[in-house]
Amino acid sequence: MAEHASPHPDHAHEGHHEEGFVKKYLFSTDHKIICFQYMFTGMFMALIGGFFSYVFRMQTAFPGVEVPFYGLVSAAEYNGLITSHGTIMIFWVAMPVLVAAFGNYLIPLMIGADDMVFPKINRLSYQVFLLSTIVLLSSFFVEGGPFGGAWTAYPPLSASGAYNNTPLGSSLWVVAVALEFVAFLLGGINFITTAMNSRAPGMKLYDIPIVVWFIVIASMLFMASVGPLIAGAVMLFMDQNVGTGFFDPARGGDPVLWQHLFWFFGHPEVYVVLLPAIGITAEIITVFSRKKLFGYKTVLNTAIATGVLSFTVWAHHQFIAGIDPRMAHIFTITTLLISVPIAEMMFVFIATLYGGSITLSTPMLWALAFVGEFLIGGVTGIFLGASGADIYFHDTYFVLAHFHYTFFPIAIIGTYAGVTYWFPKMFGRMMNDTLGKWHFWLTIIPFNFIFIPLFVLGAAGEHRRIYNYQNFPELSGEWFFALRELATVALIIMLLAQVIFFVNVYISLRSGKKAGKNPFRANTLEWQAESPPPHGNFAELPTVYRGPYEYSVPGRAEDYWPQNAPT
Amino acid sequence: MRPIATTRSAAGIPTGLLAVWWVLASEIVIFGGLLGSYIMYRLAHDAWAEQAAATNVWIGAFNTFVLLTSSLTAVLAHQAAERGDGKLAAKRLYYTCIGAATFIVVKAFEWTTEIQHGFTITSNTFWSFYYTAAGLHALHVIAGAILMLFVAADAKKGRELHRVELIGIYWHFVDIVWIFLFPLLYIAK
Amino acid sequence: MIERWVVQASTYAADIDGIIFLVGVLVGFWFLIAEGVFFWLILKFRARDGERAQYITGEEAKQKRFINWPHYLVLVCDVFIVVGAVRVWVEVKQQLPSDAEAQHVRVVGQQWAWSFVHPGADGKLDTADDIRTVDELHVQVGQKYIYELESRDVLHSFSVPVFRLKQDAVPGRIITGWFEPTRTGTYDIQCVEICGIGHGMMGARIVIESPEQHAAWIAQQTSSQLAANLR
Repeated sequence: MAEHASPHPDHAHEGHHEEGFVKKYLFSTDHKIICFQYMFTGMFMALIGGFFSYVFRMQTAFPGVEVPFYGLVSAAEYNGLITSHGTIMIFWVAMPVLVAAFGNYLIPLMIGADDMVFPKINRLSYQVFLLSTIVLLSSFFVEGGPFGGAWTAYPPLSASGAYNNTPLGSSLWVVAVALEFVAFLLGGINFITTAMNSRAPGMKLYDIPIVVWFIVIASMLFMASVGPLIAGAVMLFMDQNVGTGFFDPARGGDPVLWQHLFWFFGHPEVYVVLLPAIGITAEIITVFSRKKLFGYKTVLNTAIATGVLSFTVWAHHQFIAGIDPRMAHIFTITTLLISVPIAEMMFVFIATLYGGSITLSTPMLWALAFVGEFLIGGVTGIFLGASGADIYFHDTYFVLAHFHYTFFPIAIIGTYAGVTYWFPKMFGRMMNDTLGKWHFWLTIIPFNFIFIPLFVLGAAGEHRRIYNYQNFPELSGEWFFALRELATVALIIMLLAQVIFFVNVYISLRSGKKAGKNPFRANTLEWQAESPPPHGNFAELPTVYRGPYEYSVPGRAEDYWPQNAPT
Repeated sequence: MRPIATTRSAAGIPTGLLAVWWVLASEIVIFGGLLGSYIMYRLAHDAWAEQAAATNVWIGAFNTFVLLTSSLTAVLAHQAAERGDGKLAAKRLYYTCIGAATFIVVKAFEWTTEIQHGFTITSNTFWSFYYTAAGLHALHVIAGAILMLFVAADAKKGRELHRVELIGIYWHFVDIVWIFLFPLLYIAK
Repeated sequence: MIERWVVQASTYAADIDGIIFLVGVLVGFWFLIAEGVFFWLILKFRARDGERAQYITGEEAKQKRFINWPHYLVLVCDVFIVVGAVRVWVEVKQQLPSDAEAQHVRVVGQQWAWSFVHPGADGKLDTADDIRTVDELHVQVGQKYIYELESRDVLHSFSVPVFRLKQDAVPGRIITGWFEPTRTGTYDIQCVEICGIGHGMMGARIVIESPEQHAAWIAQQTSSQLAANLR
C-alpha cells in the first residue's frame, strides 16, 4: 500500500489566522461545518415539507374546509403541495441530511483523516446545493405557482404548460432537481476518494466502520445511476422551453421513455438514502448492546448485492404503464430477489442483539425503531413487487403507506438516531435524555397511527393524489373519512412533537452536560477526537490496530476497545 | 493549505486520479442515457433516416480528426509533464485547446448552415437529439478546454504537474463520447 | 382479504385477491416472527449489573446458519409468490379473449373526463350505431369485453376497483385489455395517474346490467341519439 509519510500535524494549520464569522461558517471548507450547512438546510426544508403534509392532509380529511394557518386549498394548490412534499422530502431532506451531512461529518473522522480530500470541491457542492434550494423555493412564488405534476413528473403533463398550467414552476422544478444532482455528484467524489484513499495507517478495508462503507456504496450507487435522469431532465427541460418533442407522441416522442429514465435512477436512489440510515443504525446498535456486529462481511456483501440488484428492478414502478406485459415477469423476479439481502441485513441486526447488554438510550430507541418500522415497509413492498397483486395496489394509498414505512424510518428515524448519537461529539454537550424519550414516543406512536389507516384505505381502493374523495361514492363512506381524520390528527400530534426536539437542541447547546471525548464508550475513531473536534480533527492523527466492533472482548477489563488503542 | 487527507493513498492510486475516474463514470451514464434513448427512438422511426441524410459526414469526419489529434497532443503533454518539463507540457496543452477551439468553430459553422436550411432543434425529433447530444458534448469540450487552460497556466510555472494527466484523461473521455456520436449522428443513414 | 371491503365483480378479481392473500400470509408469517424475535431479544438482553455481553463474531458457520436458514426459506417463499403473481398477471394482462367471444368498448381519457364508445345493437365498434357516453360505461354481466384504452392528451389511468383492474392510458397509443363482469351494480371508475388540476374530478361510473337491462339501455340510447341526430 503506497503510503505518504504524514507530515507534522501542525503543518495543516500553518497560516491559520482567526477567521471571521462569514469565512468560518458561510465559506468554510471544513467538512464539519459543511455537514452543519447541509443539516441545517435539510431540517429547514423538512419543516416546509412537513407543513405541506399538514395542509394537504387537512384538505383530504376535511375537504373544502379552511385549513388553519393556510386557508382554502384549491385543486391546483393540492397538486402543488403533494408534489413539493415528495420532492422536498426525498431530494432536500433525505439526501442532504443522510448522505451529505452525515457523510461529510463522519467519513473523515471515522477513518482518521483531517478533512475530505478536496475541501474546496466540498464547499462548492454545498454552494450548488444551496442554489438548487433557492431555485426550488422560488418556484413557489412565480406566476402559476409551483409544479404540480407529482415528484415523478411524468410527461406529457410535466412537459407542457398547456397541460399543467404551471409553465414557470415546472421549469424551475427541473432546474432545481438537476442542480441538486450536480451538487451530490460533486459531494460523492469527495466521499468515495476520501474513504478509499485517506484512511488512517493500519485501517484495512474490513476495519472501516459500516456507516462509512454504506455511505460510500450509496455515493457510488448515486453516481452510477443518476446519469440517465440527468439526460432525461435535459430532454424534459427542452420539451418545456424549447419546443422539442422528446416525450410528445405527436412528434415521435414517447412519454414512457421518461418513466424508464426516471426509475432507472429512482430505484437505486431509495437505496442511496437507505444505506446511510442502516449504517447509522449499525453503529448505534453495536455501541448500545456492547456487541460486535453479527457478520460484518455478511452485511457488506448484502449491501453490495443490494446495490447491484437495485439496477435491475426499476420497472416494477411501471407494471401497468404500458410496457410490454412480458417484461413484468423479469421485474417481479428481480424485485422479489432484492428483498432477500435487505431481509438478511435486518436479520443481522436482530442477531446482533442476541447475547447483548442492551441500554435503551435515546439513540438506541431510534435505532431499534428503525428496524421495527422498516420491517413493515419492507414486507409491504412484496405486495407491490408481485406483478399480479400490483395491478390492484398500484397508485393506491397502499403504495403510499408502504413507502412511508420505508422513507420515514430512513429520513426521520435515521436522522434522529444519528443526531442524538453524535450530538455530544458535534457540540461537546449531552442532550437531555428525558426530552429525548418524550420526543421519541410522541413521534413513533402517532407515526403508526398515520400510516396504518392509510394501508387500510389503500386496500379498500383509495387512489392517490386526489384532493376531494367526495367525488367518489365508494370512497366517501363514514368510516373512510373517519380513518382519514384519524391519520390527520395523528400527523398533527407528530408534527407538534418535533418542537420537543428543537427545544432539546437549544437547551442542550446552552446548558447541556459537557460531554467528554467518548461518553458512550465507543470504539470508532471519531470518539478519540475532542468534542467538538477542532479544525484538523485530531491532535495527532491516529493509527488503527483493529476493527470497529471489538466490544466485550473476553479477557479484557473494559468492554470496549478503541480502534486506535495500541493494546 | 492542503489537508493531509489529500496526500494519503491507501488504495494505491493517487486521489486525483481516483476522483477523475469516478467523474468519468458518472458522465458515462449521462451520455449513455441520452444516447441509449436516441438509439431506441432511431430504431423505432425509420423516417428519421431522411433527416439524418442532411448531416454532413465530411464535416463530422474533420471534427473527429481534430479531436483525435487534440487527444494526441494531450498525451504528449502528459509525457512532458512526467519528465518534469512543465513548459513543454503547457505548450502541448495549448495545442489541445486550439484543437478544441477549432472543433467548436467548425461546429458553429455547421450548425448555422443546418439551421439556415430549416433543420432546427424543433423541426424533427431527430434534430432535437442531434443538437441536444452534440450540444451537451460541445459544452463538455468548452468546459474541458477552460479547465485545461488553468492546468496549463500552473504547469508552465512547474506547479501541479500531476494535473496534466488528469485533464488528459478527461479529454480522452470527451473524445470517446464524440467517437460514439459521430457514427450515430452522421454515418448511420 | 380485499373482498371484505371491495366487492368482487369480475372473473379475475378473486384471482387477484388470491395472490394478495398468499403474499399476506407469507409475509405476515415472516413479519410476526421477525418482530417477535426482535422484541423478545430486546427484553431478554437488557443490560444488567455485573453481566457482560457475549462476544459473537457471526463469521462462524454455526452462527451463520441462523441467518442462512431464514435466508433460504425466504427465497423459497419468494418462488411461490413469483409463480402465483406471474399466473395472475398472464391471465389479466397477457391473455385476450377472441373477437368472437368478446365485445369491444373504447375508453377515452382526457383532461378531465372519461368518455366511452359502446358498440351499438350490431355488436361492433366503429359502426354507425355506436353509442357514445361521458362518465358512464354500460356493460352486461357475463359478457367478455375487450377495452381499447386511449388518451387524448396526458397520461391517465383506467381503474375499476371492483374488477381489480388498472391500466395506464398513454397518448399516441391504443392499449388493449379485457374484463368480464360477474355481478350487476353500479361502481366507481377512477383515474389513477395524476393528470392535472382536474385529476380529482375524473371519476366515472360503470353500470353492470343484466342482459335485459343492457338491451333496453342500448335501444333507448340508439333511439335518443337518432332523435338528437348525433351521428
